[in-house]
Formats: sequence, C-alpha cells, structure tokens
Amino acid sequence: MNTQTDAVSQSALDSQRIAPAAMSETRPLYWSVRRELWENRSIYIAPLAVAASALFAFSISSIVGIWEKPLRLNPEQPQAPYEMAAGLLMLTGIVLSVFYCLDALYGERRDRSILFWKSLPVSDVTAVLAKASIPLVVLPLLIFAITVAMQWIMLLVSSAVLMVSGQSVATLWTRLSFFQMSMLLLYHLVTAHTLWPAPIYCWLLLVSGWARRAPFLWAVLPLLAIGGVEKIAFQTSHFAAMVGSRIIGNAPAVGFTGPDMFPTDPMTHITPGLFLSGPGLWIGLAIAAAFLSAAVRLRRSQGPI
Amino acid sequence: MTCIEARGLRKAFGTTIALDGIDLRVEEGRILGLIGPNGAGKTTALNAILGLTPYQGELNVLGRDPWTERDQLMRDACFIADVAVLPRWIRVSQALDYVAGVHPRFDPAKAEGFLAKTTIKRASRVRELSKGMVTQLHLALVMAIDARLLVLDEPTLGLDILYRKQFYDSLLNDYFDHNRTIVVATHQVEEIQHVLTDVMFIDRGRIVFSCSMEEFESRYLEVMVNAEHVAAARAQKPIHERQVLGRSMLLFDLKLNHLDRQQLATLGEVHTASIADLFVATLGDRSANQACQPQGAAR
Repeated sequence: MNTQTDAVSQSALDSQRIAPAAMSETRPLYWSVRRELWENRSIYIAPLAVAASALFAFSISSIVGIWEKPLRLNPEQPQAPYEMAAGLLMLTGIVLSVFYCLDALYGERRDRSILFWKSLPVSDVTAVLAKASIPLVVLPLLIFAITVAMQWIMLLVSSAVLMVSGQSVATLWTRLSFFQMSMLLLYHLVTAHTLWPAPIYCWLLLVSGWARRAPFLWAVLPLLAIGGVEKIAFQTSHFAAMVGSRIIGNAPAVGFTGPDMFPTDPMTHITPGLFLSGPGLWIGLAIAAAFLSAAVRLRRSQGPI
Repeated sequence: MTCIEARGLRKAFGTTIALDGIDLRVEEGRILGLIGPNGAGKTTALNAILGLTPYQGELNVLGRDPWTERDQLMRDACFIADVAVLPRWIRVSQALDYVAGVHPRFDPAKAEGFLAKTTIKRASRVRELSKGMVTQLHLALVMAIDARLLVLDEPTLGLDILYRKQFYDSLLNDYFDHNRTIVVATHQVEEIQHVLTDVMFIDRGRIVFSCSMEEFESRYLEVMVNAEHVAAARAQKPIHERQVLGRSMLLFDLKLNHLDRQQLATLGEVHTASIADLFVATLGDRSANQACQPQGAAR
C-alpha cells in the first residue's frame, strides 16, 4: 500500500518535472480563447447589455401592466415575452459573430501584433481554432447561459409583480415549461445558430485572414456578385436564399414548428435525426472545414500589413 | 553546437530578390550583429530563420525546419520584432498570464522581477505605456523565457538613448550566457559594437562581410593622420577616408595591405575601427551612387 503511494507520488513528481517540456496540447488553445475574450470584451458585454435592456423593458411592462390587463399576458402564450427576449439575444449573437470573425485574423495583422503572437509556441492551427471557437462554441454557450438566466429573472419579476398585485402565480408557473424551453433553446442554438451557419463564419474568418484592407467588402462583394450573376442569368435567387438562411439560422428539418411559433415553443417537435441526415448540413460543414484549413495556411504565411 | 545553419537561402517577392543565396552559420553562445542598409534583406533573413516566411534553400535552426515547425521552434527561440508589436489592448498582467499559459519555459517570477525595476503598472494597458516602457515590458517577457536563441530585429527603433543603453545592458547582464545565442539586426551600429561577438554585413540579399569581433579588432584600424603624413598614409591604400575636424581619418585593413600596427602608429593616432565606419567604407559609396534606384524591398 505504502509503496504504491510512493510510486504514485514519484510518478506525479516525474510528470511535474517533464511537464514544462511536454505542455498539454489544449493549454495553448485554452489561453488563446481567453485572450480572444480579453481583446473582444463585447462578446460578453453586448449580450449582457441586451439582456439587461430586455429585463428593464419587461419590468416596466409588467408593472404598468398590473393596472390594465394582468401582466399583458396572453393566457394562450405566456412565453411570448420570453421568446422575444431570447430572439433579441440570438440576433445579438449573430451580429457579434459576424463582426468578430471579420476582424479576428485581420486586426492582428493590421496592428502588427501577429508578430508577437507568432513569437510564442502556439501553432497557427491552434490560433485559428481558438478564433473559430468564438462564434462556434463560446458565443452559443454564452447566449444560452445569459438567455436562461435572463428568463429566470423575468419569471421572478413577473411572479413578484403578480404577488404584489394579489394575483395567483400558479397559472404562470404551470403554463411555462421552463426546462423544456431551455433545452429547446440549447438545441436551436447548436443546430440553427452554430452548425448550420458554420460555413458563413468560416468564410468570414478566411476573408479576414486574406484581405489587406476592407475585409467586410471582400466578404460581402463576392456573395453579392454570385447572387447577381445568378439573378441575371437564370432569374432565380437560390444562392441569395441559401446564404440568407445560413446567416439567420433558418435551417430546414431542425424541428416542426408552426408558422408563428418560436423555435423554443414547447409545442415544437424536434427532429434531430432529420437535421443530421440532411446533406445540406454536411456539405456546409465540409465547406466550413475547407475555409478553416485555408485560413490556417494563410495565417502561416501572412505577415503584418 | 550550431544554432543556425543556412545554405543557399533564397527568397523572392515577385521579381524582387530579397535573399540571394545566403550561407550562414551561427554557433551557440554568439551574439551576431546583422547590419545592412534598408531593404538589404535583414528582416527577410530573420523572418526565414523564425519560420515567418517560406524560403528556398536549406535552413536549420536549433535542429528544426523553421517553416514547418514554427510553433515547436518557438519553445526554444523567441524574438522581438520591433517596439510596436505588443497588442495595444492587452494589460500587463494579461500579457504575463498569457505567456505563462502558452510557454512551457516562461518563468513568471523572473518577469515580475524585471518589471519591478521599471515603473510599469500591472493594470496598465499597453496603449497607456510609453514606447520605452513597451520595450521594457517586451524585454521582461522575453528574458523570462529560458530560450536558446533570441532574435532581435531593430528592437530599439525610436527609443531614446537611455532606454537603448538600458536595453542592451540588461540583455547582457541579466540574460546572456554562453548557452544562448542572440542575433540582432539594427542600424544603430555604434551602440552595439561592444556587445557583439560576430558581425555580418548584408546587402542586396547577400552577405558581403562576415567576421568575428576578435578578428575585426585586430584587422581593422583607424588612423587619425597627422597633416604631414597624409600623402604617406594614402600611399598605404586605406580602404576609407573621412575628415574629422579638419583632420583625415583613414581606415586600414591590415590583412589586405599587409600592414601592422607599428607602421600605422608612425602616421598618427591609431584607434580600433568602428563597425559603422567599416560599414560605410564597404557599402557607403555604393549606396550613395544607387540611392535613387529602389532595390531589394524586404518588408
């Protein structure tokens, strides 16, 4: 027993000794993601600000609402204000992702700091993956967490208002299936706002790694040009519709929702199998991977501009 | 042990040739000064050594191919490109944390020690620091890395003389030892002459001069010639002549002209030549003649 512990502590010591030389592969990735958050504080400040504004507006509306219609609640759809607030945050996430990606590989070349980043033992793959993880991992999770927290506070605010005005909170709590809403939100964020638009974000990253100036124009003009050529040549607008659906997260087969229903409506019948078996998703992901690997190659050879 | 070895290193940007077949060998424990006019290819050569740019030819740095193994190489090598590359948004504390996070050979306590000697505040952002302080910060980060090769490309550009002196002093006193190698490219030749162990002139993508400082000091002498000996001195074929306060300053290559120090002492005051003078002598006339022709643009 004793010898075993000794052996364990000995091997722990050994691993500590060799640790500096053999640093784990994920550590540079972790720190690279952190550095992105240090640089782009808007990634978390903007959603928090939007959530705070939505909460403020909701509180005003609840308090004012007492004297008119109780909470202006539509008994059929008590989740309506929750959905609207969630929608606002998703929109914020899209806008943040787009602007983040356009600057991610461009800004470091413009301010010459790429020479500093490249003087450290962080590979270009790690650097580009860290940047891609912001729109594809960090922002979706952050938007999810902030949305759920915001909706909880909204629920508490409306319960408090109901209690103060002497009404029953039971209807509200029974009609809102919170857990289900949250899970549907997570599902929607992962499918429609991460996997489906991945090629768009990776395209923006690629352009930001390539453009020597005006990455926004370089990102948008080719898309407009393709759409324009298609429109003039064939009088169709499939390309524009496709790009649009990718950006706003209008993915097909994510689930069956009524025309006026929000994706987190408890009535939604999700169909992950259908979504995952659709060729559109996989073609998109393959294109995203190709864009990313091109961005890695570009970062390796590009210097400051 | 050889730290950097290059054979036939070539690099062209379109039709401009930045490196025209460079052969180079830097041993461990040397401090090499890479000196050349603007656009000579210094930065391109350093970029190739650091794996920042692809190249043709053979290049081996610390046993690695820099272009394919930059991230591995950067565990043993580090560089300061120039004073302006630290990101302006980063806080001093964040810079320390980040480097500690990604670099296995970084010693945060050491960096803190260097920073303690400066007036840099931990909470400051780089954009709030003066140019000199940014360099101090960068140097503190780099010196806390236990690297085998340090590459400096114009590290003191735009700094005042106090910061420049301090920069090289701390580099020599607190960092350099004989297991490390330093390569520095600069225009401020006079200030680093006493620091170097080797010197190399690079011009239009070629190495035009290379020797160790011991050899340099025994081989090149400058004579402040007394007025009556000017004609005699010129007969010894100096490689360069300039006027200082109305007196002639002649630069001699002892090896080339088979001279010795005693012979020159009869002509006037003998000094060790400065790298800057030899540089001007080697490249000055050529540069003056061709100043209007753009050439060898090395970013």
